[in-house]
Amino acid sequence: MRDDAFEMLRRMTRARVALGRSGDGLPTAAKLEFQMAHALARDAVWGKVNFDGIADALAPREVIKVASAAPDRASYLRRPDLGRRLAAGEASKLRPGPFDLVFIIADGLSADAVESHAADVVIATEAQLSGLTIGPVVLASEARVALGDDVGAAMGARLVAVLIGERPGLSAADSLGVYLSFKPAAGLRDSARNCISNIHGHGLSTERAADKLAWLVREALRIGVTGIGLKEAAPDAALPTTAQPSSITHHKPTGARGHE
Amino acid sequence: MTGGFRSRHRGETHVFDDLGALLACASPRRSGDELAGVAADSAARRVAARMALADVPLRRFLNDPLIPYESDEVTRLILDSHDAAAFASIATLTVGELREWLMSWEADAGRLAALAPGLTPEMVAAVSKLCGNGDLIAIAAKCRVVTRFRSTIGLEGRLSSRLQPNDPTDDPLAIAAGTLDGLLFGMGDAVIGINPATDNVDACIRLLTMLDELRLKFEVPTQSCVLSHVTTSIQAIERGAPLDLVFQSIAGTEAANAGFGVTLALLAEAQEAALSLKRGAIGSNVMYFETGQGAALSADAHHGLDQQTVEARAYAVARAFSPLLVNTVVGFIGPEYLYDAKEIIRAGLEDHFCAKLLGVPMGCDVCYTNHAEADQDDMDDLALLLAVANVNFLIAVPGADDIMLNYQSLSHHDVMRLRHLLGRRPAPEFEAWLARMGLLDDSGRVPPLPGSAPAVARLIGHGARA
Repeated sequence: MRDDAFEMLRRMTRARVALGRSGDGLPTAAKLEFQMAHALARDAVWGKVNFDGIADALAPREVIKVASAAPDRASYLRRPDLGRRLAAGEASKLRPGPFDLVFIIADGLSADAVESHAADVVIATEAQLSGLTIGPVVLASEARVALGDDVGAAMGARLVAVLIGERPGLSAADSLGVYLSFKPAAGLRDSARNCISNIHGHGLSTERAADKLAWLVREALRIGVTGIGLKEAAPDAALPTTAQPSSITHHKPTGARGHE
Repeated sequence: MTGGFRSRHRGETHVFDDLGALLACASPRRSGDELAGVAADSAARRVAARMALADVPLRRFLNDPLIPYESDEVTRLILDSHDAAAFASIATLTVGELREWLMSWEADAGRLAALAPGLTPEMVAAVSKLCGNGDLIAIAAKCRVVTRFRSTIGLEGRLSSRLQPNDPTDDPLAIAAGTLDGLLFGMGDAVIGINPATDNVDACIRLLTMLDELRLKFEVPTQSCVLSHVTTSIQAIERGAPLDLVFQSIAGTEAANAGFGVTLALLAEAQEAALSLKRGAIGSNVMYFETGQGAALSADAHHGLDQQTVEARAYAVARAFSPLLVNTVVGFIGPEYLYDAKEIIRAGLEDHFCAKLLGVPMGCDVCYTNHAEADQDDMDDLALLLAVANVNFLIAVPGADDIMLNYQSLSHHDVMRLRHLLGRRPAPEFEAWLARMGLLDDSGRVPPLPGSAPAVARLIGHGARA
């Protein structure tokens, strides 16, 4: 049986085309491969980040561990509002600056993403930001993007960069996103942030992500704004070209931005 | 007409402050209503609310709007377009009595279609809360809503599909591959629709042109759509793009629609622009809408209503523009609105039921995200239930895996299998095309063909060079 035509389709896309048929269903191997991809995504969502390992990777940098108001993963998934604020008493662990920049590593929706890429991005970005006052790295569990607003405000940070596990897809369960916010404070709108997404093995490399983030940090400090104002000032090379922008521009109904 | 509602059971009295609270408490449990703080706080209170709701006269929904007439254009649309003559036959009924009439053998396709303009979203949302899943399926299965552009969608015995060949970089070659894969399974008779990775006019026009060339090359009797914002589509039309359908996400309140950047006037402008192109060969249904429970709450624009009632109000927006296609994106929104498969399945059946009763050509994106408690087995279940309920169309993605939006829907295999299993066929014009292309066997089924089969080689060989 010649299947050249199907082979051509497979070469044209990363989508699951030309999977073959067993009657009206999938061949067994394709069926199980799909299940494995979903299983990896599920494990990434429900996995617990080893923050001790991340602290080791970041040594000798100071780290501060905090927890959101969501007591467990099931509550985190049901109640996004709890993941956006600190648990009672946690704010007292934070050290006030002032700082130009605070990195916050948040588990979000993928433990794999955070464990695989977050420390590398922090280290590579920091190396390009000599001269700035950078605070301790905050490690936040059961956290969403907006938790960084509380943390940044408490620490007197001019900028916060929240590195967070993105909602896993079947093709990448370890995708990391970075959200940069100027003058963080509770109630900051998502449109006032800049996002670099899709940081993983087959997406944006940690080095490229660090380049973009360092550019955004310097520019945000220079012009005093993040969000749309900063995006418009960015040269093409500084924009996240491989970003998976669905969370911002897609037109499925909103509310699916699970990591925010 | 204000004042609370009471329900007594075994000596306990449940009080509900107003109609909105009663509807919210009567809703089956779901995470979005709990997040909003409007859900019943016990199982007994939930059923007590249903008992009180069953006794509410339908007229009450006309006289006691859930969101004030003065402050919401969707309320104004609902009340101003209400057809009193169509309503007359049920004007004296309560919600509970309406459920029984809908279940009766007397309520056939013709009578249900005649009643649709007399029903409001709030009435159908209310009655859905008294229905079990089986009721939702049985009643919806009796409704027919037929629409046309180049193909006819919603006829008895048919099950159409949207082919959704999304790509994270809008790569034309990758999109062509996904499209060809779907056509080989008989997908795409409702629409070939792409969610663009970037929403700008140039990208939109590029994709529209590419899809139209593919359609013309093979003379496929279907329509294409790039799911950009409505303002992008209007600009594309002004620049002469080959645009078949205008897409927009819509919701059930003026404020939630503002969150999507649309008003009723803007939708009307878009419809007029699309109609001016006169591209429909056999009909002039030119709009395509997506909806989904939780959209209003996520925009903090739900006015204290439960998410299913607000969702039903979106169908009043839809039907005002005679759409070709509407679908709920039921499991896409995430577990804070629909936590698990039980909630997703129920919501999918509710959305389809409410839309069909209101005369809206409803389809469904049977789907879930990876942080919801659901998997592909649950999608198999919901797709089967909706197909039995005579859903107009289902969305199909290569291998069920949308590599752009990062969620899972149904696969081409899944929708084809449902057709074969239940004896449902594609839209007649598209079915004839499949036969011409050599993609149907004598019994009207899509057989597995090797890559060397002439039909496959022709489609892929020419399509890949398009």
